Amino acid sequence: MVAGGHPASAPDVALSVRDLTVSLPVGMERLNAIEGVSFNLNRGQILCVIGESGSGKSMTASTIMGLLPRGMETSAGSITLEGREIVGMEAEELRSLRGRVVSMIFQDPLSALNPLMTVGAQIEEAMAAHGEGTAQSRRTRTVELLTEVGLPDPAMMYHQYPFRLSGGQRQRVMIAMALSLEPTILIADEPTTALDVTTQAQILTLIRDIQRRKGMSVMFITHDFGVVAEIADSVVVMEKGHVVERGEAAKVLKAPDHPYTKRLIAAVPHLRAEDRPREATASAAAEPLLKVRNLVKTYRSGSRLFRTERVVPAVQDVSFEVRPGHTLGVVGESGSGKSSLGRLLNRLMDVDSGKILFDGRDIAPLPESEFRSMRPKIQMIFQDPFASLNPRMTVGQILTVGPKAHGMSGSKAREEAMELLNLVGLDVRAFDRYPHEFSGGQRQRVGVARALMFKPQLLIADEAVSALDVSIQAQILELLDRIQRETGVAMIFITHDLRVASQICDEIAVMHKGRIVEFGRPSQIFFNPEADYTRQLVAAIPGERFDDKTTVPTQADTGT
Amino acid sequence: MTTTDINTTAVPRWWQSRVARRFFGHRLALLGLVMITLLTLACIFGPYLLPYDSLHIDLRGRFSPPMSGQHYLGTDPLGRDIAARLLTAGRISLLVGFFAMVLATILGTLIGVIAGYGGRVVNAVLMRFVDGFLSFPTIFMLLALAVALKPSPVMITIIIALTGWMEVARIVEAEVRSLKEREFVLAGRMLGLGKMHMMFREILPNCMGPIIVAATLTVARAILLEAYVSFLGFGIQPPLPSWGNMLNGAQQYLGSAPWLAIIPGIAITLAVTSFNFIGDGLRDALDVRNDSF
Repeated sequence: MVAGGHPASAPDVALSVRDLTVSLPVGMERLNAIEGVSFNLNRGQILCVIGESGSGKSMTASTIMGLLPRGMETSAGSITLEGREIVGMEAEELRSLRGRVVSMIFQDPLSALNPLMTVGAQIEEAMAAHGEGTAQSRRTRTVELLTEVGLPDPAMMYHQYPFRLSGGQRQRVMIAMALSLEPTILIADEPTTALDVTTQAQILTLIRDIQRRKGMSVMFITHDFGVVAEIADSVVVMEKGHVVERGEAAKVLKAPDHPYTKRLIAAVPHLRAEDRPREATASAAAEPLLKVRNLVKTYRSGSRLFRTERVVPAVQDVSFEVRPGHTLGVVGESGSGKSSLGRLLNRLMDVDSGKILFDGRDIAPLPESEFRSMRPKIQMIFQDPFASLNPRMTVGQILTVGPKAHGMSGSKAREEAMELLNLVGLDVRAFDRYPHEFSGGQRQRVGVARALMFKPQLLIADEAVSALDVSIQAQILELLDRIQRETGVAMIFITHDLRVASQICDEIAVMHKGRIVEFGRPSQIFFNPEADYTRQLVAAIPGERFDDKTTVPTQADTGT
Repeated sequence: MTTTDINTTAVPRWWQSRVARRFFGHRLALLGLVMITLLTLACIFGPYLLPYDSLHIDLRGRFSPPMSGQHYLGTDPLGRDIAARLLTAGRISLLVGFFAMVLATILGTLIGVIAGYGGRVVNAVLMRFVDGFLSFPTIFMLLALAVALKPSPVMITIIIALTGWMEVARIVEAEVRSLKEREFVLAGRMLGLGKMHMMFREILPNCMGPIIVAATLTVARAILLEAYVSFLGFGIQPPLPSWGNMLNGAQQYLGSAPWLAIIPGIAITLAVTSFNFIGDGLRDALDVRNDSF
């Protein structure tokens, strides 16, 4: 490992990490969580630490905060915070630094906030714990902080409980809490990953503004090169516990040295200027496979009797068509009704009104017993590759259980499953293994294979790549693209990520508050949007500036 | 696109798994397991190895204290060998406990799974039924049933099972309700799997952890209940020995021959605490929430 050019004690270095090694408990997949990691966070700069899951980027942050999980310990190296060495420091002394010198915001603001305390009380608690100010001054300061992070009506917000706030507002509260003791260093661990794209853009702007205004130093952990392009001054790229590249943001993004960095950057999906090539003109003229007319679904909770009923319109008056061999993208933020739409089409939820004409037959009013025989024709790929496979069944059982239930013989089902494992790029030995023996990307391949077991006519992919690392994402997209070319299956691709949608879709429907606000070819939607909401969404995509919207050829183009 | 390499490291055997490691790291649980194994083996083979039959009466050798001659644990008021009676009684008590657990677990699981997976009405009806059963004082119900029905070992087993399935039902219902929301269940519905298949082949295997824990604790409870009822004279009837009715017979002689009560008492305590230790160990081992390496 190169030790970097600057001496650790240079006055412009806020945080310096030298040859840091953290060992994992025996019996884990590798010996050390991070090994020989060195980097400097310069004062008043934003340093992005980027890497895929398992690269050790979050572990690095936890080590700096002194928040390592039990069983792990720093085995070598040094961490200098504002000139003070903290490796080997007493727990009590470290605690006084936490919050005051270095503070942290987390990925999931809901689990990081105490659900039983008001927002104001939680921020005050951080100050009180460090004996800061009087009750009165703390209160004033809290309202100031809430104003500073851009929350509407701070005086009201002070008395709110976390569950009443949206994801973006909660993250703003977390930031206010992190700022309460005026730390000089802020560590942000994927603070925008759980947020919608428009909210993400707002939070990124907020973090950058606060950083500039206060001259803070920020260590920003992310897996998204788009985010790096938005805010980073310098970048550290991590792979499997090692730093593989570091440097100025512009340099790393434009001219990466390490092959891993190059791979990561190439895998980042970009908006594509041209529409998906369509070689088969015949299929374009074909009769639509699926016609949806005026579909409506409303969620009701509580009780009408006690006047506590809450009515949430999930899908309102939605109509569209999908042709065989085509992909329709449904994009929107969380709560836009896009996932509800997917489940309605598959009859995992009952339709309130409207028609779903599949192959000319209205499937919306069919009772489950009649629809069951049609289920094989409409299959779904789920979002979470960890939750969507039964952990107690082998991959073979997962693949064959459906066809067997519909009367296929065991040996035939096994044969087909083997073929499909091959098709989705998994070794046939996977057949007898359990899901937990596979990585997220491999599991998602199993999910794709399961959906294909019936040779469906319509495939619904509900955020099928959202939980995956970018490089894996690109592979799965390529796989879906290839399968569509080979089998001519129609696809509905539900996603919140416009960049991903532009990679794979022929047409895109933009959903907002249960309605389709815009419908068209990707080129038109992304480069010439008509609806205001679409324009906002496109503007919020992180990092589209750094490559001038020209597309790097990705796997989807080169794939055969 | 080439084949993605899958993890080719050796698949860990079950005893290397996290659960097994944590269970075997739990000293009390391990102790419980060893004791139960020894106790069971002793009850199965012990009676054949002892010099006296459990029903052999020797009026001249009444009230021999433990370690007198061939009577290792002494004799009772009829001069029967206590060691032989204790082990024969153990067979009855452990069998009653075990089968009561099996029945209670099957019944509880069945009702729990159906209530958990069913709709709101099914759930409400079944769970209120469970609440109803829970609101009966167990011992009185047990005694009332034991008086009304002929107290054979089979009947006692059924009665104990009938008073012990509710806890399992509640645990399973809660577990199924949370599993029902998982995506793999949606995926099963997408594949068009039937309700029965979903409940018993997809969801049930995922609740085995809590069920096993509840079952272990139910055995302990069943052994204790059998002892109660037999002690009160409504359970296993003499001359068939059980740990409970051995205690019953010992009451009058507490002052003169305390070993009559102490020996079956120790057997009950050992069996019940061992099962409880195993249950605790399993609970800790299977609980992912207190995940420390």
